[in-house]
Amino acid sequence: MRFRNPEKRKKDFKEVSLGLTEKQALKEALSCLQCKKPRCIDGCPVEIDIPKFISFVKEKDYLGGLRKIREYNNLPSVCGRVCPQETQCQGNCIKGKKGRPVAIGALERFVADYEMVLGETETPEVQSANGHKVAVIGSGPAGLTVAADLAKLGYDITVFEALHEAGGVLLYGIPEFRLPKKIVQREIEYVKRLGVKMIVNWVIGRTKTIDELIEEGFETIFIGVGAGAPRYLGIPGENLNNVYFASEFLTRVNLMKAHRFPLYDTPVKKAGRVAVVGGGNVAMDSARTALRLGAEEVSIIYRRTETEMPSRHEEVENAKEEGITFHFLSNPKEITGDDRGWVQSIRCERMRLSEPDESGRRRPESTGEEFVIEVDQVIMAIGQRSNPILVRSISGLNLWGDGYIVADRDGKTNLERIFAGGDITTGAATVISAMGAGKRAARSIDNFIMGRGEPLSQPPEPVQSQSKH
Amino acid sequence: MFKILEKHTIAPKVDMMVIDAPHIAGHAKAGNFVVLRINEKGERIPLTIADSDKRKGTITLLFQKVGKTTEALGMLKPGNKIRDIAGPLGHATPIEKFGHCVLVGGGIGSATLYPILKALKDAGNKITVILGARTKDLLVWEDKFREYADEMLITTDDGSSGRKGFVTEALKETIEKKTVAVVIAVGPLRMMKAVSELTKPYGVKTIVSLNPVMVEGTGMCGACRVNIGGKTRFACTDGPEFDGHEVDFKELENRLKFYKEEEAQALHLFLTKKKIQVTSNE
Ligand SMILES: Cc1cc2nc3c(=O)[nH]c(=O)nc-3n(C[C@H](O)[C@H](O)[C@H](O)COP(=O)(O)OP(=O)(O)OC[C@H]3O[C@@H](n4cnc5c(N)ncnc54)[C@H](O)[C@@H]3O)c2cc1C
Ligand SMILES: Cc1cc2nc3c(=O)[nH]c(=O)nc-3n(C[C@H](O)[C@H](O)[C@H](O)COP(=O)(O)OP(=O)(O)OC[C@H]3O[C@@H](n4cnc5c(N)ncnc54)[C@H](O)[C@@H]3O)c2cc1C
Ligand code: SF4
Ligand code: SF4
Ligand code: FES
Repeated sequence: MRFRNPEKRKKDFKEVSLGLTEKQALKEALSCLQCKKPRCIDGCPVEIDIPKFISFVKEKDYLGGLRKIREYNNLPSVCGRVCPQETQCQGNCIKGKKGRPVAIGALERFVADYEMVLGETETPEVQSANGHKVAVIGSGPAGLTVAADLAKLGYDITVFEALHEAGGVLLYGIPEFRLPKKIVQREIEYVKRLGVKMIVNWVIGRTKTIDELIEEGFETIFIGVGAGAPRYLGIPGENLNNVYFASEFLTRVNLMKAHRFPLYDTPVKKAGRVAVVGGGNVAMDSARTALRLGAEEVSIIYRRTETEMPSRHEEVENAKEEGITFHFLSNPKEITGDDRGWVQSIRCERMRLSEPDESGRRRPESTGEEFVIEVDQVIMAIGQRSNPILVRSISGLNLWGDGYIVADRDGKTNLERIFAGGDITTGAATVISAMGAGKRAARSIDNFIMGRGEPLSQPPEPVQSQSKH
Repeated sequence: MFKILEKHTIAPKVDMMVIDAPHIAGHAKAGNFVVLRINEKGERIPLTIADSDKRKGTITLLFQKVGKTTEALGMLKPGNKIRDIAGPLGHATPIEKFGHCVLVGGGIGSATLYPILKALKDAGNKITVILGARTKDLLVWEDKFREYADEMLITTDDGSSGRKGFVTEALKETIEKKTVAVVIAVGPLRMMKAVSELTKPYGVKTIVSLNPVMVEGTGMCGACRVNIGGKTRFACTDGPEFDGHEVDFKELENRLKFYKEEEAQALHLFLTKKKIQVTSNE
């Protein structure tokens, strides 16, 4: 894969990764062994027939390859860019055992981008309208997938989105330099072309309740409202000026285009020395965004070591290349401010990893030693919570943890007409797992409406959270 | 797109707008707000729903022109459209039969007390309304309040209407004369702070409506966080009304200064270059 020069790219918001050239793509495709029992497929949450799509690439039938992927995945240009491939498809690829796995994600991106360069997107066959109405709440990857899959089957789908634009985290969370917004818009146009109605500015639970939607003739409701609410440490100084929660910081830039203030009305504070707390994708994205806003020094504070970082591997490498520094085994205790109430420094304790506990996890514990970093801005990126509004508005819905919806693998909740999937059921996870949940939920909604499903006998078991920070 | 049906200037720098938004009007309750964005490049700003009409499908907003967005909003005319409005958001004011309630309004904040006044009156409460402003011209909706209030007290800093002085003096007398069950104060931060400090020793329950800077208004960003009794709460989903005795006013006052420079820059550019993007919405 080709990347732009770090010195240049860190000054703008243009995409960092340039993808594969045709020559590189063919070389990667040829390196695939076309395994009889392809282990790569087991690693993909939507089980794309990877060797098959790669065989199309080998034949230079790129659109054929894309068509194959689209049978499983409605958002190939997104997943090719943001999937944590090293722990999913590529992590399982047999070639990785000795040497380098096939660059499956990059190939996926290549075929999707190939089509984009051609201009036209193929619209798949849509079955004739079956007259059944389904409402989808939230337009992130989970919701978009349910909407697209059911629309293809002939359902009348309306997606309700609280914000003024559709896309969920793809739009307001993941930055432009990793996932250009025109790609997200293209994927949304694709879903709309299937006949899906997209209604923005509707906060379900407030603008309309679920009960009202059911009264208005929606036979089932899919909830994909995500886990976008920020977590915070609750340490002193967290409300000082120039302490941001990552969600706000990224929303200002990605959704509101604050990096283009005053051309756009929403401001964001630019700072010289920035500390970002956390070790996931959100932390990497915040740090690299701060850098692009003009920060001179950006450091990441993480309480475990590099090995435990949940972020995509590629993004950590990219961040390092761009000059971001890392304080591992460091845990913030306090943010201190000046007499005007603005951030001045952050005090951390040094940690060490304990012996593995019963679960095999090595937890960070304090060494008692402390250090202070002088900074002008702190960005908290230590994890997400469930989006509260809708969930709080539905009585009788089974919840777990911090307000996540209990749903089984097929997206069934304890309430008959209500299905759910994505981050709101698992806690913060990945784009592709949200899509996978959407796929299964679409199938099970179809079964339910067509009377093929068996009624729920007992409430489903909670799905385990995949979130860690 | 949301069409503006009516627009009036009701006090210097204060405009009122009636907007066609049937689905928001359908659920609007006293104390709720909307978040709006004028156009493609606009900022999302929160405004209280000052009145709503389910039958006509309209909401009424009142706003004071303090910066770029509110100035731009003030330039729109009936027939123009606002690109995005989402709501109703925030908890509604708790409406029950409290007994004797005192509503204290300062400046434009007074208007947003209007739906609360109506609802509390309908719930069978006895109500004293205390409205304060710098000067007579800045008093809004006084006549509308008179329709529902059992008692009206007006104070102005310069004595041009009602008694000369601050709302707190009128409030103090009321609390000392009568058994007041609850005080609800909406207005400038300093006023709400002064009211809360005044009622605290009397142990009178006091509700204030906080106005931190917001971004999306649905609990997903944390921009609107406020410190209530030592705990971080989000004004858009946990509020905007909170127990005035628990609020860390100093912190909020400071947080409201966070974007001072940018706000001044945006307003200056807007007013000098007169880049009126709003015309594209006709
Ligand atoms: C900064 C960041 C970087 C990330 N990077 C990666 C990455 O590189 N790779 C990866 O795989 N994953 C990444 N993730 C995680 C991934 O984005 C999420 O797991 C995924 O988007 C979850 O999808 P979803 O459909 O469940 O919800 P979301 O994408 O969160 O979408 C939910 C939507 O529902 C809307 N909504 C909420 N409440 C309501 C309501 N009441 N009414 C109507 N609409 C409502 C929201 O506005 C939102 O648009 C990242 C997350 C963040 C925050
Ligand atoms: C829940 C809620 C309800 C509100 N209801 C109303 C209302 O009904 N009518 C009304 O006129 N205003 C209301 N406000 C305040 C309104 O949102 C701000 O005045 C508006 O965002 C200013 O935007 P601007 O671009 O015009 O000014 P900016 O340039 O952004 O700000 C100008 C000045 O206004 C102050 N300011 C900025 N943001 C806010 C804010 N959120 N609250 C208070 N002051 C602020 C700052 O001190 C700043 O110097 C409400 C705020 C909240 C949080
Ligand atoms: S969707 Fe993600 S996990 Fe599946 S093959 Fe593509 S890149 Fe790999
Ligand atoms: S496991 Fe690797 S080599 Fe085998 S089919 Fe999958 S991608 Fe090709
Ligand atoms: S405005 Fe974003 S959490 Fe309240």
